[in-house]
Amino acid sequence: MIVAILNISWQTLADAFSLGGMYALMAVGIGLVFGVLRLVNFAYGQMIMAGAFAIAFGSQWNWPLWASILLCFAVVLALSLAMEWLVFRPLRTQSPEVMLIATFAVAFLLESIALLWFGSLGKIATSLASLNRVWVIAGVDIRKISLVSIVVAAACLTLLQLLLTRTEVGLHMRAAASDFRTARLLGVRANRVITGAVLISGVLAGVVAVMMTVQTPLVTPDFALDNTIVVLAGVVLGGLNRPIAATLGGFSIGFASGLLGGALPTEKSQYLPSFLFAAVIVVLLVKPNGLFTRRGAVERV
Amino acid sequence: MRRAAATAQLAAPVLLVVLAALFGAVVSSSSQTYFINALVMVSIVVALYIFVGNSGVVSFGHISFVALGAWTAGVLSVPASEKPAIMPNLAGFLRHTTVGNVPSLALAAGVGAIFAFAVGLALMRLSGLAAGIATFGVLEIVHNVLRYYEKIGPGLNTFSSVPETTGIRQAAIAAVLAICVAFAYQRSRYGRMLRATREDPAAASASGISIYRQRLVAFVLSGAVAGFAGGIYVHLLPLNTESLYLDLTFITLAMLVIGGSSSLWGAVVGALAVSALDSFLAEAENGLKLLGWFTLDLPAGTRVVVEGALMAAILIIKPSGITGGREFSLPRWRRPDRNSPAPASPSETA
Repeated sequence: MIVAILNISWQTLADAFSLGGMYALMAVGIGLVFGVLRLVNFAYGQMIMAGAFAIAFGSQWNWPLWASILLCFAVVLALSLAMEWLVFRPLRTQSPEVMLIATFAVAFLLESIALLWFGSLGKIATSLASLNRVWVIAGVDIRKISLVSIVVAAACLTLLQLLLTRTEVGLHMRAAASDFRTARLLGVRANRVITGAVLISGVLAGVVAVMMTVQTPLVTPDFALDNTIVVLAGVVLGGLNRPIAATLGGFSIGFASGLLGGALPTEKSQYLPSFLFAAVIVVLLVKPNGLFTRRGAVERV
Repeated sequence: MRRAAATAQLAAPVLLVVLAALFGAVVSSSSQTYFINALVMVSIVVALYIFVGNSGVVSFGHISFVALGAWTAGVLSVPASEKPAIMPNLAGFLRHTTVGNVPSLALAAGVGAIFAFAVGLALMRLSGLAAGIATFGVLEIVHNVLRYYEKIGPGLNTFSSVPETTGIRQAAIAAVLAICVAFAYQRSRYGRMLRATREDPAAASASGISIYRQRLVAFVLSGAVAGFAGGIYVHLLPLNTESLYLDLTFITLAMLVIGGSSSLWGAVVGALAVSALDSFLAEAENGLKLLGWFTLDLPAGTRVVVEGALMAAILIIKPSGITGGREFSLPRWRRPDRNSPAPASPSETA
């Protein structure tokens, strides 16, 4: 009914769901790093970009699919490990703003390295193209990949939640997140646990890289840059204190952006980012701690 | 003695800017561009410093004030006869009005201040990450609107035909002006109150300081200076929306952080040092002869790699920046030794 009132077609709705699923998947990784390191990682998009380039090179060298996906994960994991050792660990005691600026610098660094090595024209990644096939259900085109991305996002989130709340490693992670020094005093190998969390977020970035190259095979140095900015806004919007809230925030902003894209008349659609970010600012003003946070959940200073 | 220290704090950055300008005035005209550019960067970074340095809150949105200032000064100073060619869809009075150089800069500052006030009324309530993301949102919105709304500017086109009045002299005057404004503000009652909230928000608000109001004052002032700097910038070279977006945000933040974000001296030193490095690398990307026999030829794009790495390295090794985030102070000639009696020298009168 709402669909009919707003003059939004089922197609738009399906596309919005698909975008929401993809953004939710990105949000899981960003939310995890924040949950454990108290750090908003601007460079997450560039990790995805690096993974996508790995796939592109794999397909250029005519590697089998599994090999290029393996290469993608290897590159992304190596990169996250390097970032953890060289950037995150030395900055452990700094304020969130300093870390935000630092990851901003890392993001620019990685992007410009990619620009230097691979040029601005980009490369084509041909992987998992079969996932791009379209199913027609009741006159609505649904691409396989959009269903897959929603399912993968939900699965990743569930696994992550189980890991954090039901296992000892998860307990250690949450302990290291809430009080690094006390956790160490109590025998938690905090640095090791945090490295583990960064690696998991790297795996998630690899998954996103594989999925995104299905939808946009052309990999350029600014691959996933715009998406990351939007997802970051979504994650902050949802609330950073719990992975579920962050993921829901990511999904909401993807869904909203898909709906807006379909609902806006063509001559207005170029202003889509303006509407989106205006909405983000309004929501942040009303609920600065996030949309999906529990009542009374205030960030500790 | 305190007055002397204060004079030194203002005189040092001003002197540095004047020296850079004098140096720039004698070199060849192709290298002069680098100096002018560096001086414009000083203005932008000082504008950024007025808010970020004094409040301790990160803003990713200041380049939107620069962009609005550039648009204001640019639209109003393109000669009316050339407006239809580059901005055919301009609205109403903008199509016929053309103002001179100085009024266009004043208007740019005014628009920057008004916009910063409107945005700040809402945004200054936020802090931490929410503030960071919200200011980023402002940058995205302004970039998006300026890019497509052709009634107020050239849209996707480049701002050509703006009179190129920003020479080395005007750029230097603008930078000195920005420094003086920043200095006057940070010495004032308001500046000190804001710095108190930076050091200890709880204690400051317990002493009756409204964090929201003090941040808003600084935001508006830095919006005005940023708009002014944008006006100076558009009078220097033809800009478009892409040159006033993420890259400029990154490089100006890098300058502030590398120099030391909590002092005016740091902002000026950072802007000039990074500009110098940037110019050197730009030359090296085109092939630079060093000492007459060694040709340094770096691939295009090395600049951002080096600057990004430098910014990250400074944040990790010395988060307070190369100046340590302190104002300039004169080296002391005498060792102040409070335990031993003062040396009995006849010249000591102070």
